[in-house]
Amino acid sequence: MMLMKRRDFLKAAAAAGAMASLYGCAGGNKAGGHVVVVGGGFGGATVAKYLRMWSEGSVQVTLIERNPAFVSCPISNLVIAGTKSMEDITVSYDNLKSKWGVRVLQDDVLAVDTAKRSVKLAKGGEMSYDRIVLSPGIDFMFDQIPGLNNAAAQEKIMHAWKAGPQTVTLRKQLEAMKDGGTFAIAIPKAPYRCPPGPYERACVVADYFKKNKPKSKVVILDANEDVQSKKGLFVKAWNDLYKDTIEYRPNSEVKDIEVASNTAILEFDKFKADVLNVIPPHRAGNIAAQSGIKLINNRWVDVDWLTMESTSTPGVHVIGDAIFPAPTMPKSGHMANQHGKLTAAAIINLLAGQAPNPTPVVMNTCYSFVDAKNAIHVASIHQYDAATKLVQPVKGAGGVSAARNELEGKAAMGWAKNIWADMLA
Amino acid sequence: MKRLTAIAAVCLLASAGAHAADPNLGRNLAATCANCHGTNGKAVPGGGMDSLAGESKAKLLQKLADFKSGDKPASIMHQITKGYTDEQLSLIADYYAAQK
Ligand SMILES: Cc1cc2nc3c(=O)[nH]c(=O)nc-3n(C[C@H](O)[C@H](O)[C@H](O)COP(=O)(O)OP(=O)(O)OC[C@H]3O[C@@H](n4cnc5c(N)ncnc54)[C@H](O)[C@@H]3O)c2cc1C
Ligand code: HEC
Repeated sequence: MMLMKRRDFLKAAAAAGAMASLYGCAGGNKAGGHVVVVGGGFGGATVAKYLRMWSEGSVQVTLIERNPAFVSCPISNLVIAGTKSMEDITVSYDNLKSKWGVRVLQDDVLAVDTAKRSVKLAKGGEMSYDRIVLSPGIDFMFDQIPGLNNAAAQEKIMHAWKAGPQTVTLRKQLEAMKDGGTFAIAIPKAPYRCPPGPYERACVVADYFKKNKPKSKVVILDANEDVQSKKGLFVKAWNDLYKDTIEYRPNSEVKDIEVASNTAILEFDKFKADVLNVIPPHRAGNIAAQSGIKLINNRWVDVDWLTMESTSTPGVHVIGDAIFPAPTMPKSGHMANQHGKLTAAAIINLLAGQAPNPTPVVMNTCYSFVDAKNAIHVASIHQYDAATKLVQPVKGAGGVSAARNELEGKAAMGWAKNIWADMLA
Repeated sequence: MKRLTAIAAVCLLASAGAHAADPNLGRNLAATCANCHGTNGKAVPGGGMDSLAGESKAKLLQKLADFKSGDKPASIMHQITKGYTDEQLSLIADYYAAQK
């Protein structure tokens, strides 16, 4: 039944491609063909919707996502702090299907055959594509922390760095912790997903402790030598709001853990916590890292900034956290969404036989809460530079908040609602 | 599929020489604002962000210029507008003014 449907769909997709070829080069030619998108997160959902919207339905799009619904990492720190629920950060894929005509399959992509241009699916069968977009996010390098490199350890020590069941478990661990206990969060060396995210988590957990378990402490074990984002604003919040609650320890890379005692093992030291939250180092999601496309530092995909196409492998576009970023570009949901739009525009041009936009622009904003209501932001704008073939940050533009405030807390929630809708509504 | 690829190659060659701006440049630039102001400038109702769709070009450009110069106080728009050239902001304003 499922297979039948897939075959019919592929036939339709091929027909659309053939139609497009009849239009030729002259003005008015339409893009056609079949694009497979792997991963329905910030990058993947955006590229799927914008491909359908901007091609006015002439490009067929199949989105393959292993989870039944989208669960947002942004705002998930507030679920961990107990002021938002999982329901608040979960959005269905229904509008992508019914309103935009994206074919959404809940399945796992096991492999990409970039020569044959087809993917292999866990539920069986293969699906061919004219172009593919990989937006798989990240996977963790558990082998870097030997004690965490087994299933039992991973059930006890949370990363909660992909929103979902781990978010819920970490919340439960904090609720169960006695007053006077210690929560430790371990940050890997940069680059990692969402540079300000761990410091935001430390703040909102400290806010929860202050209100509910005032004798408890938060310890930040940072593998980096300093705060990686919005340093002045975070340090000010720690001094003003959490002087007796948050302790920041730079140069504290977690090398291993003792699971039974919740102990983080550092180079020269050990740290025992009541709730231990370890974010392991990560790299491009496995499907991107294992498809034979060119990686940088064996971790991140190298892309062409006019199209987000792999520099080694034609027809494969990679977006979001999985790529080797352009200068000063963070791994963020906002940026993954912008990659998605750049890619949708490029693919539509390419499928219509036109050159991609020679002057793309992407921009980023990351809001972080420092307590349940007050937030701060960092913003940057990146314009394509033909000399370096990179999108480069515009000097004198962007920046950080003047000070934390409730207005920005409202903007942060407004941002979340609008970006979720921009991807999925 | 082969035929499509061949035509695509010819078209790519034809357009590569021209260095012309992308015909959808305004649309693409405006989409960089949609994360906050909504797809095509239609913000989520009650989300606390302003819709831009259907605003007159003159009004939009005035506001953007005032953010850029610092005349209009802002939490973030003064920083964002400085990242775009005046020509780019004009294309963005054209696009949003044309949305219904
Ligand atoms: C606590 C926290 C707070 C954050 N806060 C912010 C914030 O305030 N603002 C911001 O901009 N960013 C924030 N981020 C970062 C943001 O979540 C990521 O940058 C963003 O999710 C990256 O998008 P992506 O599309 O690359 O990956 P994801 O959004 O992770 O999407 C990847 C998807 O691919 C699916 N997938 C992977 N492989 C396969 C496969 N083989 N088959 C099928 N499906 C597959 C996964 O299930 C997943 O749904 C935060 C992150 C965290 C952890
Ligand atoms: C990160 C979220 C964000 C992004 C991205 C963003 N804006 Fe804004 N915008 C805001 C906020 C917040 C305000 C309110 C003013 C302030 O505090 O900066 C605003 C206000 C505005 C206003 C004034 C609305 C009114 O009716 O008074 C205009 C016009 C505007 N933005 C245009 C744009 C354009 C054009 C872009 C893209 C180049 C853009 N914005 C990108 C958040 C954003």
